[in-house]
Amino acid sequence: MSVLLAFCAAFLFATGTWMLLQRRLSRILIGVGLVGHGSNILLLISGGDGGNSPIIGTADESAFTDPLPQALVLTSIVITFGVTAFLLSLGYRSWRITHDDVVEDDVEDRFIARRRSPDQAVAEEALAERDQAAEEDRL
Amino acid sequence: MNALIPLPIIVPLLGAALCMILAQVRLAQRAVSLAALSSNVVVAIMLFVEVDDDGIVVTQAGGWPAPLGITLVVDRLSAVMLVVSSLMLLSVMVYAIGQGAEESRYAAFNPVYLVLAAGVSASFITGDLFNLFVAFEMMLVASYVLLTLGGRPDQVRAGMSYVVISLVASTFFVTALAVIYAATGTVNMAQLSERMPDLPLGVSTGFSLLLILVFGIKAGLFPLFFWLPDSYPTASGAITAVFAGLLTKVGVYAIIRTQTLIFPPDAQQGTVLLVLAGLTMLVGVLGALAQDDLRRMLSFHIVSHIGYMIFGLALFTLAGIAGAVFYVVHHIVVKTALFLVAGLVVRRSGSDRLSRVGGMVRSAPMIAVLFALPALSIAGIPPFSGFVGKFALVSAGIDAEDWLIVGVSLAVSLLTVYVMVRIWSNVSRRTRRSSPGSSPTTAGCRVS
Repeated sequence: MSVLLAFCAAFLFATGTWMLLQRRLSRILIGVGLVGHGSNILLLISGGDGGNSPIIGTADESAFTDPLPQALVLTSIVITFGVTAFLLSLGYRSWRITHDDVVEDDVEDRFIARRRSPDQAVAEEALAERDQAAEEDRL
Repeated sequence: MNALIPLPIIVPLLGAALCMILAQVRLAQRAVSLAALSSNVVVAIMLFVEVDDDGIVVTQAGGWPAPLGITLVVDRLSAVMLVVSSLMLLSVMVYAIGQGAEESRYAAFNPVYLVLAAGVSASFITGDLFNLFVAFEMMLVASYVLLTLGGRPDQVRAGMSYVVISLVASTFFVTALAVIYAATGTVNMAQLSERMPDLPLGVSTGFSLLLILVFGIKAGLFPLFFWLPDSYPTASGAITAVFAGLLTKVGVYAIIRTQTLIFPPDAQQGTVLLVLAGLTMLVGVLGALAQDDLRRMLSFHIVSHIGYMIFGLALFTLAGIAGAVFYVVHHIVVKTALFLVAGLVVRRSGSDRLSRVGGMVRSAPMIAVLFALPALSIAGIPPFSGFVGKFALVSAGIDAEDWLIVGVSLAVSLLTVYVMVRIWSNVSRRTRRSSPGSSPTTAGCRVS
């Protein structure tokens, strides 16, 4: 059973990472959810194999499943849920503002991309001049 | 006296609940938040005195014994952090009320700010790795809301990347907790420190690196800092000041705590941390040099100073760690002050651009002086705390004979002086640059 869950966690991590690397915000959100579930499953199986439910008096105490990871994973699930809800509302807000859910490059990247080398600037100016000349010819 | 320990978490949370109820009455909200934050200061100072006299104080939440229940521990390190952070949170609250920007516009500001305060205190006093995760989340969720409070397009864009990167860090944290629990059967820090040496060296080294990755993202260590200068400057002055002063330092605190407490000397990542520290310092200060936006410049500068703290830790000597802790305390106070003054400058001149904020010496001499004091301190000029911190770190580095990192830190320190002089001379220059059409492109790096 543990092996199945371990594979499940691995699969969630793999697909989640793939989604996180996408350009669309909606996919990133799904990716965050998937990776979050993967880590939660990992936390759940960290207690070892399953056993009887850990209620004293119902069964032999040595056959109990470890209750601590279950408590931890509940907390973790609630946190993941809350943050995902916040992220979704933020994504909705972003869509309302820009009507697009492509994640932009960050400010530094855009700045560096805009810095043209001198050669390139000269070439672009030449192109612009040629276009203008063509325009005038047509007139 | 043990009853005092949970108060820095409970009081702000209760205050937050009250503020929610009083959402319509701004005056009552302010009274509640100021009362809660002041009580935090008092409790922190009382705890500090107690810990300094009698040693570590411990309490078990709900009376459950240690490995099962949540342990709250205050030792000297956490007591110092508590005192500084609570003082800082109180003064920024006063500043926010005085500025009347975000605080008076949004009813959510006060409760969320108090939740942030509770989260910060909780991360300092917890003795349990899972509870540290919960405290981090409390703090981070509050910071998500504060960052995007205005709902402006740039805030939403920066908030998105901030939330996603923090979530990835949190996922790594849960993963780390899972594997650590599977290997040791506990998440209590004291028990972990007993059981970690029994593990094979490779396993404990792996855990150590995983935790550095998790807290490194939150602290803004070298390859993982890219979100920080992008997201911090978009919030309003007071909020940026809290983020800059506290949030990254909570990450640094967590690195110091986990590395020194949990892991045996073999699994401590001295060399890795030293390399990261050097690169963090350099990249941060070079990034700051290239900026024209005042708050972006200061944000890059945070990254550079995180490097100093990690440098002190990475030596793993008594002097080095003492220097790192002193530097953290110094940096919380001074960086917050710098950002608060930067908020005043921006408010006064109506621009973030260094090339446009000139003339402060004549129009607002107090602001220029107020900026000069923390700027001199952070640059490490002798009578100020920055000098003491840097001196402690460098002398610890010389004792440990790590010449390369000492050289890097001294060079970065010179560059820091240059950055601060550049800001100050721009802020205080007599004549404003006229003709806005031509000026923006002349000052080097700028993004419109």
